Amino acid sequence: MADDKRVAVLGVGMHPWGKWGRNFVEYGLTAARAALADAGLAWRDVQFVSGADTIRNGYPGYVAGATFAQALGWTGARVASSYAACASGATAVAAARAQILAGLCDVALVVGADTTPKGFFAPVGGDRKDDPDWLRFHLMGATNPTYFALYARRRMELFGATENDFAAVKVKNARHGLANPNARYRAEVTIDDVLASPMVADPLRLLEICATSDGGAALVLTSTDFARRHAGGAGLVTIPAVSTVTPRFPQTVIEMPNFATDSAVSVEGGIGSGFRHSIAHAAYEEAGIGPEDVDVAEVYDLSSALELDWYEDIGLCKEGEAERLLRDGDTEVGGRIPVNPSGGLSCFGEAIPAQAIAQVCELVWQLRGRADGRQVEGARVGVTANQGLFGHGSSVIVTT
Amino acid sequence: MAPTKSAIPAVDGWFTTDGSPTLLGSRCRTCGTYAFPREAHFCRNPDCDGQDFDEAPLSRRGHVWSYTDARYQPPPPYRAAEPYEPFCIAAVELAAEKMVVMGQVVPGIGVDDLSIGTEVELVTDVLYEDDDHRYLVWKWRPVAPGARSAEADDTGSADG
Repeated sequence: MADDKRVAVLGVGMHPWGKWGRNFVEYGLTAARAALADAGLAWRDVQFVSGADTIRNGYPGYVAGATFAQALGWTGARVASSYAACASGATAVAAARAQILAGLCDVALVVGADTTPKGFFAPVGGDRKDDPDWLRFHLMGATNPTYFALYARRRMELFGATENDFAAVKVKNARHGLANPNARYRAEVTIDDVLASPMVADPLRLLEICATSDGGAALVLTSTDFARRHAGGAGLVTIPAVSTVTPRFPQTVIEMPNFATDSAVSVEGGIGSGFRHSIAHAAYEEAGIGPEDVDVAEVYDLSSALELDWYEDIGLCKEGEAERLLRDGDTEVGGRIPVNPSGGLSCFGEAIPAQAIAQVCELVWQLRGRADGRQVEGARVGVTANQGLFGHGSSVIVTT
Repeated sequence: MAPTKSAIPAVDGWFTTDGSPTLLGSRCRTCGTYAFPREAHFCRNPDCDGQDFDEAPLSRRGHVWSYTDARYQPPPPYRAAEPYEPFCIAAVELAAEKMVVMGQVVPGIGVDDLSIGTEVELVTDVLYEDDDHRYLVWKWRPVAPGARSAEADDTGSADG
């Protein structure tokens, strides 16, 4: 791996996920202070604040970087705020990493936090007849689970996935999250529990669709030189690659919040791999590694079925083999390539701007050997994968 | 209900409302790429700088790419009838346009009546109504619906 593309992760911190109903700034502040303490750095050491935005908490949410900087106390630190839907956290990481790699700063703080309403995510208010996100609810009643269910049904049809497979993903992740102090749901569930939960969007049931949560996560990123001076080189955890790719035309899989795919009529020959496939592969390429090098993965299980799509999209197996990987126990902690040892969205629910950052927090704890009760033994390379509405890829490689 | 209430599209210019309704997309005059809803300013093909588009009525028939249903009432701006009746949503592959277009499936069709590959055709149906109008939207209807009639699952209108 090219050393000059690495930044060090000196500190990680989270505010536990839940439905706390308090101001999102409080969660971000808690996470930021925890990350700074973990790094052994003071807030005044931070030269660049990279906020991941929330769009459901008014103007302070749109300028999250400044909001967190003010809450920590103005120091004159430089600031940026990123919005990329579910991928916002990775975009904020990418912004901080670029500042560090360009030599513009040595120490950056990345923070994302959210307070969420109950129930289905709805579009933000007002009549907006030129906004596809508003229109898909208005004209079709198409919620986020609608799209997850379209993909799940395809898996059943194309690859023979069963309701039991989808339920087994939930059972696995629930078990993983039992010991995670930051997880919102910490209870074992059985296949029968899952299959007895109400159908929401056929074939997906309530226990298979991620909830919406409050939470906050933060990272302290530094140059590798600074990290070695400050903390010594031993056991240094670094980020060698961040992928924030967009789709490539023609995008032939229907994606939120669209009504239609691209048309492929003008494209000669075959259509390449889909968008989800490109997300982690761009990160692997940047890091100079391949999926065979990965020891642990955190992927965006917006639904239990979607986790199976990710196994293939991040290259853990070939297309159509995800069910076998699951059934063989390969993706459990203790298996060949554990996926979502944190418990995933299944145990967290989604706190949109914090989630991609939380994925990195988990990998850092895993690589430090500090993921108590869910440790992937000997993990040295981890990958996150996630996708944000409107075409935002998100994948971060974390290595020791 | 006032019998004189007129039916109008819930969104302007996305579909026709005649006896054989079609979705109205656009087609790039330079490279032939279709888009729905229509593009007026730029072609989505990154290798095409076309800026002129023809209105393109899309194929009225296609095959189901995937499908699901909505057991719980979607949040606003969806305007659900009371009591809430679950409905299906299908993503439909249009062969000529090489694209997939979503839409609700007509009432009375449940997920058990659908399969990947089911042939469907475009119709218009009421999305919601107010004191003045019935608002129409496009929906997909199986060309040869299964024998089983739909049984709307009674899951109530609980907040998902």
